Amino acid sequence: MKFGVITFPGSNSDEDTVHAVTDYLGATAVRLWHKDHDLQDADVIVLPGGFAHGDALRAGAIARFSPIMREVIAHADRGGPVLGICNGFQIACEAGLLPGALRRNNELYVGAPVYVRVERNDTLFTSRYAAGQVLRMPISHGEGRFTADAETLERLESDGQVVFRYVDATGTRTSRANPNGAANDIAGIRNARGNVLGIMPHPERAVDDLLGSTDGLALFESLMAQVAA
Amino acid sequence: MTFRVHIHIVPRKGLLDPQGQAVANALHTLGFGGVRDVRIGRHLVVETAASSQADAEKDARAMCEKLLANPVTEDFELERVEAT
Repeated sequence: MKFGVITFPGSNSDEDTVHAVTDYLGATAVRLWHKDHDLQDADVIVLPGGFAHGDALRAGAIARFSPIMREVIAHADRGGPVLGICNGFQIACEAGLLPGALRRNNELYVGAPVYVRVERNDTLFTSRYAAGQVLRMPISHGEGRFTADAETLERLESDGQVVFRYVDATGTRTSRANPNGAANDIAGIRNARGNVLGIMPHPERAVDDLLGSTDGLALFESLMAQVAA
Repeated sequence: MTFRVHIHIVPRKGLLDPQGQAVANALHTLGFGGVRDVRIGRHLVVETAASSQADAEKDARAMCEKLLANPVTEDFELERVEAT
């Protein structure tokens, strides 16, 4: 089981992701550069957080044209799992791997721990959670307000593509618990096929009690269990 | 021939623009009480070779659709196209 973690110029949670999957889960990780043309047989591709290309134009807009993205899109088209975290979620949307867009937060940059609810656990990414489980993970973004047209939002809801939603500590949706104004309190979605997940909070930064939470570990464990099976 | 294309990209109408909102609040604080709304977009100046002004405009439109503007959240307008 090998994770391929892509580094773009400006990525900043690529090393956190490698650290999480190797040191905490004992998985193998291979570091991939955005100009590479080969995914080196990685089973799961991670588009990490950060500010790829300095967020020039729009977050993710330039990264989507990096040479390796052609391979990432081909991997996703073959059904290979892709996990986009924060900036990686933005890149996945810009690349058309996920619907919608991530716009500027309603209150600009937010760095804080938040609570999200696992909306379903019959996915590649959440099988090691309980449905309805409330997780604590940090967010760190200025452009995380998920937006899509009404038709797309309705399809995401009716097809069960919303995987994580912002809630309060008790698991209840409130406007105060939504840190960025995201439509329908959406914190994470998957594509229709179910092999691409985008999530704004940082599971790779919630893997140790020292970081305030270990709730992110099961996301990577879910992928390991599903992909190994 | 070379043309210079001036492009405006703005957040789609009706979408919240928190940057614009923050600037409007600052202008109010400065005493510009008449400010009703601020929207912040981008102005791009693209110099491009093309065989005619119409081609330059067509190219610029395609650039906006493919990269410069995100169709989910932004509108664009070609303010002017001029020969350099």
